[in-house]
Amino acid sequence: MKAVAEKQVKNGVNVEALIGAREALSGAPAAARFNWKATSKWIGGTHSRTNIKGFFGLGQDQAHKTEFSFDMDHPEIFASEDKGATPVEMVLTGLAGCLTAGIAAVAQYRGIQLRSVTATLEGSMDIQGILGIDSDVRNGFDGVTVHFTVDADATKEQIEALVAQSQKRSAVYDILTNPTNVTVSVN
Amino acid sequence: MRTDVLVIGAGHAGLAMSRRLAERSIEHAVLERGEVANSWRSERWDSLRLLTPNWQSRLPGLGPAGEDPDGFRTMPETVSFLERYAKRISAPVRTHTQVTSIRRAEDGYAVATTRERWKARAIVIASGACNVPSVPAVASDLPPSIASLTPFQYRNPRQLEPGGVLVVGASATGVQLADEIQRSGRPVLLAAGEHIRVPRRYRGKDIQRWMDAAGILDARYDEVDDLERARTVPSLQLVGSDEGRMLDLNALAEIGVRLAGKLAGLRDGTALFSGSLANQAALSDLKMNRLLDAIDGWAAEKGIAAPAPERFAPTRIETSPPLSLDLEKAGVRTVLWATGFRPDYRWLDVPVLDRKGRLRHDGGVVADAPGLYAIGLPFLRRRKSALIDGAGEDARELAAHLAQYLGAQRAGIDFDMRSTMSGGTKLTSSVLSASTSST
Repeated sequence: MKAVAEKQVKNGVNVEALIGAREALSGAPAAARFNWKATSKWIGGTHSRTNIKGFFGLGQDQAHKTEFSFDMDHPEIFASEDKGATPVEMVLTGLAGCLTAGIAAVAQYRGIQLRSVTATLEGSMDIQGILGIDSDVRNGFDGVTVHFTVDADATKEQIEALVAQSQKRSAVYDILTNPTNVTVSVN
Repeated sequence: MRTDVLVIGAGHAGLAMSRRLAERSIEHAVLERGEVANSWRSERWDSLRLLTPNWQSRLPGLGPAGEDPDGFRTMPETVSFLERYAKRISAPVRTHTQVTSIRRAEDGYAVATTRERWKARAIVIASGACNVPSVPAVASDLPPSIASLTPFQYRNPRQLEPGGVLVVGASATGVQLADEIQRSGRPVLLAAGEHIRVPRRYRGKDIQRWMDAAGILDARYDEVDDLERARTVPSLQLVGSDEGRMLDLNALAEIGVRLAGKLAGLRDGTALFSGSLANQAALSDLKMNRLLDAIDGWAAEKGIAAPAPERFAPTRIETSPPLSLDLEKAGVRTVLWATGFRPDYRWLDVPVLDRKGRLRHDGGVVADAPGLYAIGLPFLRRRKSALIDGAGEDARELAAHLAQYLGAQRAGIDFDMRSTMSGGTKLTSSVLSASTSST
């Protein structure tokens, strides 16, 4: 398990920095409080755009190097203009990004060289919920499946452990599998 | 009253410490709030047997125990075993003496109890790791019509109302209670977060025999990758059973126990469960297989004759485990919190607890408080530290440190608690490593 020092593995994740952060933050838990932020604007129809730039962490305001912009819309079969991915697809995007980053970080720490990591995600939904046809049907996903294909210098069990550990430490996996209080206000 | 060392608690750890101090002729007393082995008498359910076989209670100075080495003691048997041990080693136990306060005083500590007041030059806290059931905050959201029980209050299924039972937690306590409550005719839903599956018997031997022989239980606290993790790892899914049965989620599902993910919240009488059960089961299977791989590797290397290695079918989880349950509608009458235990240090008036209320110590040496020691906590100095079997070696090392401390103190020499552990120990903070090492 001490492979970081013993074996040169390049997955492009700075594990020493992550370990350093963990050590520093266990001594200063207040700095571990982060607020992630997004601003969103209606464009027209079902089309909206969300921008991501600033966030709060390590006790102060922080910012991404550049601003990121995401268009969301619905496909034409919903009588929309399809100018972006659907919001629920963005949720899958978040889950894929989080689990994949986790796999890379855990692999780096364990000294496992990755060659490729691909994921296929599906979120299944009965849209009778969002259309208000049947109030017994929930609006959201009734299940999410993620299938990873990982090519790495590792045994099957080691790869399974990478994938399992990335779920254990994933923020988006936690957000999807556990309830979260959501407070929406308006002025 | 005055002595050199006060040991707080006359359980297996305090008694082993007493023996090690006696071996060095260090004057001491053992203060016990109740009787010897108090927690084993009063804070355990009726059917519980030790999770370790009888051979694995090797206490210093015990001598031959005269019991079936492969049996598992009941609680009354455990109590009388420890009573016999206390007598055998002539431990200076003062029963019915509850400590109400320990504070620093010149040359040591002032100890207030429900009987005498004491002064001691050093203290060994041996009051146990499981004094208080840890119940999550969501318990307060439970509808008042549903009974809420901790394992300290639970004795047997007959005390429960007829009807369904939600058991929260799937470590040793949770799986044992789910098993006997389901068998009593009360349908159980088991909410399982992180848990560790192991077979009771493997390749013809008890799993503890393998872990002991292969040195897994001897792993030292200053050698593990992630000590924080090692100290908080859940207890193995084991039951002390002469039939050697495996009590995992598959065994529980077979008798009709329903499985859900970790209890994530309670909202208007509805329990909400995490959707992470499949991954928790996968992590558990992987951990078990890594343990079995380690055992097989060791057995092959040593040429141990044993039946062929085997692997167990993966944990079976239904495709869509329940995510929520309206407790009253589902007929749940009782919630049992098998969510772990923690020590109680309310009487310790020395600032040595971390922000989560845990004792800051380096292998049982409380560096911030000269002359203060602890024993009997999870992974205190080695993996087996919390087992009866782990107390003897930890006590030997701590007694050596303590003797040096007392000697230096008597000679008026400044003594750095951090400096002189036998075996060159490191401070815990330097052993921190990423949580990514934990599976």
